[in-house]
Amino acid sequence: MNKFKEISRTARKKWDQLQSSAIPIIYLGTASCGRAAGAKDVHEAIKRYLKDNKLQARIIEVGCIGPCYLEPLMDIRLPHSPRISYANVTPEKARRIIESLLINGNPQVQMALGHFGENGDKLIEGIPRFYDLPMLKSQVRIVLRNCGLIDPEDIDHYIANAGYAGFLQALEKGPEGVIAEVKDAGLRGRGGAGFPTHKKWETCRNAPGNIKYMICNADEGDPGAFMNRSLIEGDPHCVLEGLLIAAYAIGASHGYIYIRAEYPLAIVRLKKAISQMRAYGLIGKNILNSGFDFDITIKEGAGAFVCGEETALIASIEGKRGMPKSRPPFPAISGLHGKPTIINNVETLGTLPNILRNGAAWYRQYGTPGNYGTKTFSLVGKIRRSGLIEVPLGTPLRQIIFDIGGGSNKQFKAVQTGGPSGGCLSEEFLDTPVDYESLGAAGSIMGSGGLIVMDEDTCVVDVARYFLDFTQKESCGKCSPCRVGSGHLVEILDRITKGRGLPEDLIKLQTLGETIKRGSLCGLGQTAPNPVLTTLRYFRSEYLNHIKEKNCPAAVCKELIEYRVIPEKCTGCRGCVAVCPTGAITGPRSEPHNLDPTKCIKCRACYEVCRFDAIAGDAIIIRSRRRIHDDHTA
Amino acid sequence: MVDKYKEIFDEFSGEAGDLIPILQKIQNKCGYISDDAIRSISPFLRISDNQIYGVASFYSQFRFTEPGRNSIKVCMGTACHMKGGHILGEAVERELKVKPGQTTEDKRFDFQRVACLGCCALAPVVQINNDIRSRMTVIRLKQLLDKYE
Repeated sequence: MNKFKEISRTARKKWDQLQSSAIPIIYLGTASCGRAAGAKDVHEAIKRYLKDNKLQARIIEVGCIGPCYLEPLMDIRLPHSPRISYANVTPEKARRIIESLLINGNPQVQMALGHFGENGDKLIEGIPRFYDLPMLKSQVRIVLRNCGLIDPEDIDHYIANAGYAGFLQALEKGPEGVIAEVKDAGLRGRGGAGFPTHKKWETCRNAPGNIKYMICNADEGDPGAFMNRSLIEGDPHCVLEGLLIAAYAIGASHGYIYIRAEYPLAIVRLKKAISQMRAYGLIGKNILNSGFDFDITIKEGAGAFVCGEETALIASIEGKRGMPKSRPPFPAISGLHGKPTIINNVETLGTLPNILRNGAAWYRQYGTPGNYGTKTFSLVGKIRRSGLIEVPLGTPLRQIIFDIGGGSNKQFKAVQTGGPSGGCLSEEFLDTPVDYESLGAAGSIMGSGGLIVMDEDTCVVDVARYFLDFTQKESCGKCSPCRVGSGHLVEILDRITKGRGLPEDLIKLQTLGETIKRGSLCGLGQTAPNPVLTTLRYFRSEYLNHIKEKNCPAAVCKELIEYRVIPEKCTGCRGCVAVCPTGAITGPRSEPHNLDPTKCIKCRACYEVCRFDAIAGDAIIIRSRRRIHDDHTA
Repeated sequence: MVDKYKEIFDEFSGEAGDLIPILQKIQNKCGYISDDAIRSISPFLRISDNQIYGVASFYSQFRFTEPGRNSIKVCMGTACHMKGGHILGEAVERELKVKPGQTTEDKRFDFQRVACLGCCALAPVVQINNDIRSRMTVIRLKQLLDKYE
């Protein structure tokens, strides 16, 4: 314990020195999303520029702070000044900002996004506070509190920010005390189902046997969700501290982190973090002289959505095909290698240090009765401000989509919560509070936290087909309603999107969907039909459009649309002619071009060229065939 | 034949739970899981070829054909789908005359459709080798492919 006090003191000192650094500090968001947006090129450019100009500055790579649509993000902190954030940085822009700030002391107010100043910092006029930006204002960052602010590869940064203080609290309280605290906090599993965390733990703790296992489920398989990836990349220690606390509470001496192989950076960061824990004696035998032994093994998933299900995940760790088993016995009684096992989601674990550190009463001030605390979401799709957010449970969908996300560029149509297992909710549900029960009542689920926003250009039939195609491919094959039934759902939906749907298809979809839900063993099959059933309920007219009028109102379904050149708008720049792979577009320069629909394969190249590179900008349109027909007859 | 994988086997104790990590290491080293590899694992873990193939084929990560010099992964996640990920997939098929899971005849590229790369806010994304490219368009993808040999 004394050794840890010494470690904390040193970490705190190191952090304070960084905060009062005499040389400028450049923070660069280099999580996966930052990298995808080009942060690595920016990093190289900054290093070269500093070297060429003999400028002194320290570069710190940080995780994702949330507004992914503004990536790459670069923050600069000059001595005695607040940290200032700049968005959509390119190598050239980074050079300009650094030159202006480091050489001339000019913060380039018009390019700045926000500052991180506290009261008392010398503030800069014209730059808003970062946390007052519309996307961040109504967020409550508990799990994500360190993401984007600390160096995720430096355990001292984490410790200096009250890291492992929750674990120390846990050791003081003892295992039963930890379970009581978590019960008091009302924490429910953040993986999707919302089962009370302490109940699982109690069962496992009271189960007979000396060997127990604690597993962190980081197999974030929902397409469209990346909360867990961002958290591990931005603050791996908070998940690991949570794992320690949970293991201590249930009496496990060995832990596993089951993580998707598609997240290489997160795996690297976890491995580094674990070796740092080892060096500080936070893992291994007799941790901090408490008599508690614990060690962690990282297991890389091999690409199977169903392995997010507890029993399938266990089968996968045991080296088998990831197929779920019937329950009971529940893993808390008989799990990995037949021993009592607890599986908690990344976010559940990331919440634990905060509850232990600040107490259950503090945690319960967020959220609503029965749904305490916060939840992270990945806000994506047809939305202006996409990214990673954290809000108190009970926040209405409208506030999340419009206040935080800024709404869609076009008319909002629907939001899918809970990924492929969730439902598609229409506009009238926008005032639904986001909690486990309200979303369930609307026919959807909370799920792990993917929020996919759709606008008028999204076809819900196509989206339903997409989700079913996904779950059907990911079905493990054990239960025939799921294996065969979801295949039939895809077939019917596919037919409808191709304009070959029949009126009786709607009844078939409904009964088949309900049968699959009833007849499947695990969560995958029990929820797979949700996207079809909810869209049938809330967007029936769109199905009827496809079936009766062979019309896709959103102009998405390939067989039901056509590409057209608007002669009045076409300037004859030949941009589209050059990119058309089939020679469907012809015409001399400076004259409106002609598009032959019989040759067109709808590859979208001409549409992109016209929108982004041509003078006309919108001379090529994608319309539903039906609408073109109606326009002609009108 | 066995020597090729001995280095990998040495890291493991030979329990059933080692199968997936061993397959992953072999794929990392050789690029794919060959018949040869499966035959070598069998005596080491004392399970049949069939069982090994059964596990390996269950998981989408494992491939059983030789990869190309470059690998293209087109993201089929929800956000990418809504922003035209499937159209990018079709563009790759057309440009390189290759189907998902295949390698081009000249071994220049192999092509896969993947579930979600986790960069949904920057959709649609494509991964070529280790680089994830965001906000991809059909035209930029074509230009990008030309840069790889």
